Amino acid sequence: MVAGVAKAGRYARMNHIISNGEEGLRPLVREAADVRITNLSRQFSGGPPVLDHLSLTIPAGEFVVLLGRSGSGKSTLLRTLAGLDPVECGEVLRPAAVSVVFQESRLLPWRRVWQNVVLGQKGPAAKQRALSVLAEVGLEHRVEAWPLTLSGGEAQRVALARALVRDPSFLMLDEPFAALDALTRIQMQALVLTLWRKHQCTTLLVTHDVDEALILADRVLVLENGRIKIDLPVPLSRPRRHADPVFEGLRCELLHALGVHDSE
Amino acid sequence: MTARFYLREGRRLLSPVLLVAGWQVASACGLISARILPSPVQLSRTLWGLIKDGSLLTNLLVSLERVSFGFSLALIVGVTLALLSGLSRWGEDIIDAPLQILRTLPALALAPLFILWFGIGEEPKILLVFLGALFPIYLNLHKGIRNIDPKLLEVARTLGLSRAQTIRDVILPGALPDLLLGVRYAFGIAWLMLVVAEQVNAESGIGHMMMDAEDFLRTDIILVGLIVYGLLGLISDRLVRTAERWLLVWQRQGGTRV
Ligand SMILES: Nc1ncnc2c1ncn2[C@@H]1O[C@H](COP(=O)(O)OP(=O)(O)OP(=O)(O)O)[C@@H](O)[C@H]1O
Ligand SMILES: [Mg+2]
Repeated sequence: MVAGVAKAGRYARMNHIISNGEEGLRPLVREAADVRITNLSRQFSGGPPVLDHLSLTIPAGEFVVLLGRSGSGKSTLLRTLAGLDPVECGEVLRPAAVSVVFQESRLLPWRRVWQNVVLGQKGPAAKQRALSVLAEVGLEHRVEAWPLTLSGGEAQRVALARALVRDPSFLMLDEPFAALDALTRIQMQALVLTLWRKHQCTTLLVTHDVDEALILADRVLVLENGRIKIDLPVPLSRPRRHADPVFEGLRCELLHALGVHDSE
Repeated sequence: MTARFYLREGRRLLSPVLLVAGWQVASACGLISARILPSPVQLSRTLWGLIKDGSLLTNLLVSLERVSFGFSLALIVGVTLALLSGLSRWGEDIIDAPLQILRTLPALALAPLFILWFGIGEEPKILLVFLGALFPIYLNLHKGIRNIDPKLLEVARTLGLSRAQTIRDVILPGALPDLLLGVRYAFGIAWLMLVVAEQVNAESGIGHMMMDAEDFLRTDIILVGLIVYGLLGLISDRLVRTAERWLLVWQRQGGTRV
């Protein structure tokens, strides 16, 4: 079910790619398998199918954002991809190295920040690696802190660091910024973009926020009735402006698909 | 430890000190009969006497030994059982059900039975302390293990932690606050069991010293015994609190952001 990925020299690679924030700069494309979902169905006892013969392919390295109304099955899809929920019907192919970030940071409160990041990592270099990833998310000054002393945004950045330190080929984020204030959310969006460029991982992010989707995604999906209702490429270069007419157009289209009608 | 801290501690001592002073004055004025309640000064004299002839220390050591044995045993057995029943379905079925039934028995009611079984040696006393302390330790740790946040267990899965790592990094530290709470309750009950065991049937120990004093109408010795019991309870409670402060730093600093 899971395709393996050769991952040689991950440590060296991580340290030597320096993002300069320019669009299209991708020096090393990882030879990762695509994410491929075929006819995936999921039903909870008695209810209607949450996922209904859903098929989806995400090419390696792509940033996909998944939208959908509450209860449309976004988390179910993500959890299935993460291996937390079983594949009952259908087929799921994905790289072996995956990481998940949830809405709540889910840090272990009894482990210091850096210890949370190295959790499950082996070897003497683990701490060094954790420190460098924590520096990437801008938390080098909090590495020894206890998680309960972190702000919501900081905790979420630690969760990001914990996901990235294992150098995933496929990163999944389930409403990672939903609990943050608007300003912090904008900063986090920029951070995720930077990290995505640098780490080159296929990314699937779930959100309720149409603007967030359009700021981040190569491609926006809308989930409805257990299927992909809309699969919308975003042909804009980054950084993106809300004022851009193309942005506006996509925004209207997505809102319409989500059942929200602009009343002007 | 700032000046404010000392001021606060000082204020907390104020009312007990006033109480003792009032008691002394009332005794000196003859308002309280010495046979019913000896004055603080007389009590300190009795205490000094008991210390000098060594009887207090001997009895204290005997009592401490009983509690230490019984309590250590309870800690070892309670933690082992809680781990077995908390970490495996199998253990839960075998261990938890009988213990949940047994715990409803008031342990003190077992005293006569134990004395019949084990006579007047050390066994029944240690066993009573053990039984009393066992349940709070077992129940709290078991509850702590069962109530680990399932979201954290999910994280352990997504991070690829092995079962052993999950137990070490997630389950045990997560259940530690409950264990310490159980230990604190257990100490309280352990002292209670000791008092009963030593007063029902013993030839040494603080409880025995008090029972002896009753025969000779020595209210002062009984009061000294009470004070010693009180101090022991206080000290053990302080010990656990210190351990908590040490082991649960992550909680404490969460309360006051650093
Ligand atoms: N363990 C479960 N048992 C029964 N029903 C479930 C379970 N998990 C999810 N569901 C149902 O499946 C549907 C999809 O849930 P899911 O959490 O995937 O929605 P979502 O799109 O993530 O919603 P939100 O945006 O509110 O997070 C919901 O109707 C939910 O009630
Ligand atoms: Mg969800």
